[in-house]
Amino acid sequence: MNFMQSEAREKAERASSEPGLSRRQEVPLVPAASIAGRALVTVIAIMTFLAALTAGTAILIADAARGWDQSIAREMTIQVRPIPGHDLGAETAKAAAIARATAGIAEVKPFTKAQSEALLQPWLGSGLDLSELPIPRLIVLKLDRGKPLDAAALRKALDDEVVGASLDDHRFWMRRLAIMAGTVVVVAVVIFILVMIAMVLAVGFATRGAMAGNREIIEVLHFVGAADSYISRQFQRHFFRLGLRGGIFGGGLAILVFFLSGILSAFMRGTAGGTQAQVMFGSFELGSKGYVAIAVIAGAIAVTTGIVSRVIVFRHLRKLG
Amino acid sequence: MVRFENVGLRYGMGAEILRDISFEIGPQSFQFLTGPSGAGKTTLLRLILLSLKPTRGLISLFDRDAVSLNKDAITGLRRRIGVVFQDFRLLDHLTTYQNVALPLRVQGRDEFAYRAEVVELLRWVGLGERMNVLPPVLSGGEKQRAAIARALIARPELLLADEPTGNVDPTLARRLMRLFAELHKSGTAVVIATHDLALMDQFENARRLVLADSRLHIYE
Ligand SMILES: Nc1ncnc2c1ncn2[C@@H]1O[C@H](COP(=O)(O)OP(=O)(O)OP(=O)(O)O)[C@@H](O)[C@H]1O
Ligand SMILES: [Mg+2]
Repeated sequence: MNFMQSEAREKAERASSEPGLSRRQEVPLVPAASIAGRALVTVIAIMTFLAALTAGTAILIADAARGWDQSIAREMTIQVRPIPGHDLGAETAKAAAIARATAGIAEVKPFTKAQSEALLQPWLGSGLDLSELPIPRLIVLKLDRGKPLDAAALRKALDDEVVGASLDDHRFWMRRLAIMAGTVVVVAVVIFILVMIAMVLAVGFATRGAMAGNREIIEVLHFVGAADSYISRQFQRHFFRLGLRGGIFGGGLAILVFFLSGILSAFMRGTAGGTQAQVMFGSFELGSKGYVAIAVIAGAIAVTTGIVSRVIVFRHLRKLG
Repeated sequence: MVRFENVGLRYGMGAEILRDISFEIGPQSFQFLTGPSGAGKTTLLRLILLSLKPTRGLISLFDRDAVSLNKDAITGLRRRIGVVFQDFRLLDHLTTYQNVALPLRVQGRDEFAYRAEVVELLRWVGLGERMNVLPPVLSGGEKQRAAIARALIARPELLLADEPTGNVDPTLARRLMRLFAELHKSGTAVVIATHDLALMDQFENARRLVLADSRLHIYE
């Protein structure tokens, strides 16, 4: 620099290492305090929490539905109702024999009287004398995947030869559950989209507020030769950080909720309510896939926050010109 | 470098503040822009900076017609111009050092590459001890020097200084003027807006652009 030759030279020799300047962390050009950070972090945390909760629930239900689909393919039951004047045990044995003789069935497992009563225990509680109640018997049929089963023929044979027997292939029930599960997933996706829209709007408001509050700074940056893209990157950096913080809070909370409900459902196993819920949803454990999904959502929200603010700032700066 | 042709300007619906202004600022020239308070000196500098659009007339900057420039081109031109604002416009949340380094930082340069240069310039303008304080703590004169240092740090081809000695004592004013003179000798075109007659008398043979009654009179 030749405009400061004389006296400046020797001074400059001493200046080379300044303790206060060696901090590598650059001070942001947009001051953090100028952005309504805490409010935005809270909004983003809530949004992330809701999005993660919906996504996690949808994953749980979709997984359970897949389980139902598989069991529908593998199992049927014959129900034998007690009819006065007929021996329930003998009728059950007859039905089991017919089933064994049918092609396409791999295994026939008749439930004894005690086993049938035990099945009811979760719903009725223990310590009840069920011997007086007319409890139907169940025969569980495991299907042979290799050979097709003629369900109509089996149903006809049972109708003809066994009093009180009926074949339940679960299909009706399972189909309804599958439709319900599908509906839940669709609803979850819709909620997810709404949450994302709300979040983008919130980030938009916050960005515009931050720009209005930093107009002087933006003006000075322009005068010293900062490009619009550079200025919008400054805002993006800030908002990405806010988004990340909100995402970590919200996503972390959702993970905690699923984790606790998993533990809770493990505790409840064996109680009446717990068993019912388990029949419907499998275990409440989300599994690593679900947790990864939540982490991805939180990360995506942080990135979206950064990008949205950058685009808004950039477009706004273009309009100023 | 700068050419105005019949430029007129009014703010909103008000009267014309500048009327029929035509002049040229050549490379490596040195001139004062003067006139009574409210004559439009700051306004004229803002026109040169392209932060105001003229209501009439043509402005060209570095041989390019101002109306033809897009934003990126304007950014590019501004990097060739250093400005000292009358009201300094330092960023209050950055230290003196960071403020002065700002033009280099926004160009994406690495701090390691410019640190020594910034420190050297800060010492030259007498802010060596005030490098790590925030502007609100600085005196008016110190702010002024920081603003000047910020305008010079990127070695502009054109320096616009709006009342650069308005807040300093005569001794420091002379020193800062010497700095501008050296800058001019090293090849920078300099425009200094001032109404300090004593200051201008130190540079008797400098060109003077005088604003009066909305018009510009040039004394070579
Ligand atoms: N943004 C604005 N809107 C409306 N009028 C303005 C604006 N800025 C300046 N003016 C008016 O334009 C005129 C010229 O102002 P300007 O700041 O250019 O004067 P100046 O020569 O720099 O004065 P000084 O020597 O006091 O700094 C003044 O009458 C001022 O009131
Ligand atoms: Mg002025």
